[in-house]
Amino acid sequence: MIEKALKGSTGYWVWMLFLLSIMGVGGLCYVQQFNYGLGITGMSRDVTWGVYISQFTFLVGVAAGGLMLVLPYYLHNYKAFGRIVILGEFMAIAAIAMCLMFIIADLGQPMRALNVLLHPTPNSMLFWDMIVLNGYLFLNVLCGWVVLQSEYKGIKYPKWVKPFIYLSIPWAVSIHTVTAFLYCGLPGRHFWLTAILAPRFLASAFAAGPALLMIIAMILKRTTRFDVGREAQDKLVTIIGYAAMLNFFFLGCEFFVAYYSQIPGHMHTLDYLFWGLGHGDQVFNNLVPFMRASVIMGLAGIGLIFVSRAKQCDGLLVLSCLLIFIAFWIDKGLGLVLGGFVPSPMDYVTEYYPSAQEIGVTAAVWATGAFILSILYKVAISVKLEKEV
Amino acid sequence: MDSKRRDFLKIAGLTAIAGIAAPSAFGTLLKGEANASSAPAGGHGPVAPTGKRYGMVIDVRKFTENPELANQCISACHTIHNVPDFGNKKDEIKWIWVDSYEHVFPENTQYKRPDALKGMPILTLCNHCDNPPCVRACPTKATYKKKDGIVGMDYHRCIGCRFCMAACPYGARSFNWRDPRGKDANGRPFIKEINQKYPTRMRGVVEKCNFCTERLAIGQLPACVEVATPTKALVFGDMNDPNSEISQVLKTSFTIQRNPAIGTHPSLFYII
Repeated sequence: MIEKALKGSTGYWVWMLFLLSIMGVGGLCYVQQFNYGLGITGMSRDVTWGVYISQFTFLVGVAAGGLMLVLPYYLHNYKAFGRIVILGEFMAIAAIAMCLMFIIADLGQPMRALNVLLHPTPNSMLFWDMIVLNGYLFLNVLCGWVVLQSEYKGIKYPKWVKPFIYLSIPWAVSIHTVTAFLYCGLPGRHFWLTAILAPRFLASAFAAGPALLMIIAMILKRTTRFDVGREAQDKLVTIIGYAAMLNFFFLGCEFFVAYYSQIPGHMHTLDYLFWGLGHGDQVFNNLVPFMRASVIMGLAGIGLIFVSRAKQCDGLLVLSCLLIFIAFWIDKGLGLVLGGFVPSPMDYVTEYYPSAQEIGVTAAVWATGAFILSILYKVAISVKLEKEV
Repeated sequence: MDSKRRDFLKIAGLTAIAGIAAPSAFGTLLKGEANASSAPAGGHGPVAPTGKRYGMVIDVRKFTENPELANQCISACHTIHNVPDFGNKKDEIKWIWVDSYEHVFPENTQYKRPDALKGMPILTLCNHCDNPPCVRACPTKATYKKKDGIVGMDYHRCIGCRFCMAACPYGARSFNWRDPRGKDANGRPFIKEINQKYPTRMRGVVEKCNFCTERLAIGQLPACVEVATPTKALVFGDMNDPNSEISQVLKTSFTIQRNPAIGTHPSLFYII
């Protein structure tokens, strides 16, 4: 089945070469980082996590987003998702692979990564995150591949895979819950210390993941004969729209608690992210334009996505999904992690800017994810088209 | 034995095992060093003593009287522990340092306070919390709490994930962003003179004050305390020993702790 990835149009090969070249450049950046140390990044004593960990956090959400397809299809027997569910599972594989790469890129001593297994520490949320992420990767590889292979052979998938599919549903919830627990269990980091963090992560995941999937599905519709179908498209709009609304509801709850309680620690980071934080005689606001854009794009996306369905306009659908995806990428892939470090526990403000090498490595990991995704989708779509024609 | 009876016994047995195992498994998960149930309401108060618990009293008044003293303490510590000096804030590594009153106690927001407090330099270091968030967060037990209350670091096990740095509410932890054994562009080594009695670190690991656990082991006082002993600016000892000097000081003086509201139970006490 994998041989399907080795046959493709010129466009396919150009795309893969493009990704490989980014991976190559980023790989060189990583060699530099490996030899010099993490000091080559923009991180500092006060802002100890940067784009690597924030991308990781966001991508866990993209992976968990696959749940929004698996659950209706397998649990509620929602047939319209028949063609798209495999795309969701394969996207989860690529996203988790990126998550793991970002974690390795962020380690000061990557050669010691297996210490997490050699010295298992159940009181650390990172230990549990390692378990749930690898477990989810395994479940999606297994379920996605077995089901697709059965389709390839023209038979129904074997019964034994069903329990694994059912298991993958709560497991998807667990990956983003545990990832939220990395942050929301730390005393003294008020911005993260909120019980609503895990629900908010899930809400944004269930919007951003399917939104990305929708964008890819529309690209495939244009470039191949693969069409996920109108009904699936319309149903996804409902899912993305409501999940995105929930995310903003949760964000509103955060604002209320911070500004009504007037507890300085709770307000400071929101001030920094959305209005600019006055500190001494300086104002720190390097993330303000991004965060404001995130809110505007997110709300606009929600409005437009329902309009696109009413008008049955694919172009508008792609635009609204793009707006929602970027909005949540900024929200979680930028603001959430970086904001948590401002101000520091000793009330200092240190602003963070990623270095060129750091951006190179980040781009390379994204390119690797896209590379994995392209291979998996090439296989899946070839099989689907071959069987259906 | 009929099958119903056998099933019943099976279930009863399993239940018993689960009943015995669950609390201990839960205990491991929560790492219940500071037994919540024994703490008074609110969890902010003292915890029932068990074994040794080292602590330190920092008498800020004495440091004000001897303006040079704080730097002598810092230099003694950093020399003995091979703490590198990179000469910039981004890569900075510090085990013990001086910061202003406003930054050491940002929660204290008196409308008016003595002029002397404004920008007053205050010595600070790892709090060696009795309920340390960094130890909970570490995924490899590279940072751990010892029976004597000291929060230690295993530089050879640390994977450099910096979860402990995010978890520390006191900014006490530093990361080796680059090779501390190296030299700067002018060929000046980051560690001026290497003390062979204490290991240097490699890049990519976290480090912090260890309350001089290696000196305590051979009957010496922590380096900073030794420097400050003539002035009694720092008092160090076992807080669970009612006859120790620190116990006497804590009994007779009003002290404050850094951000005690978050339930970490710091082992540093300040007399302002």
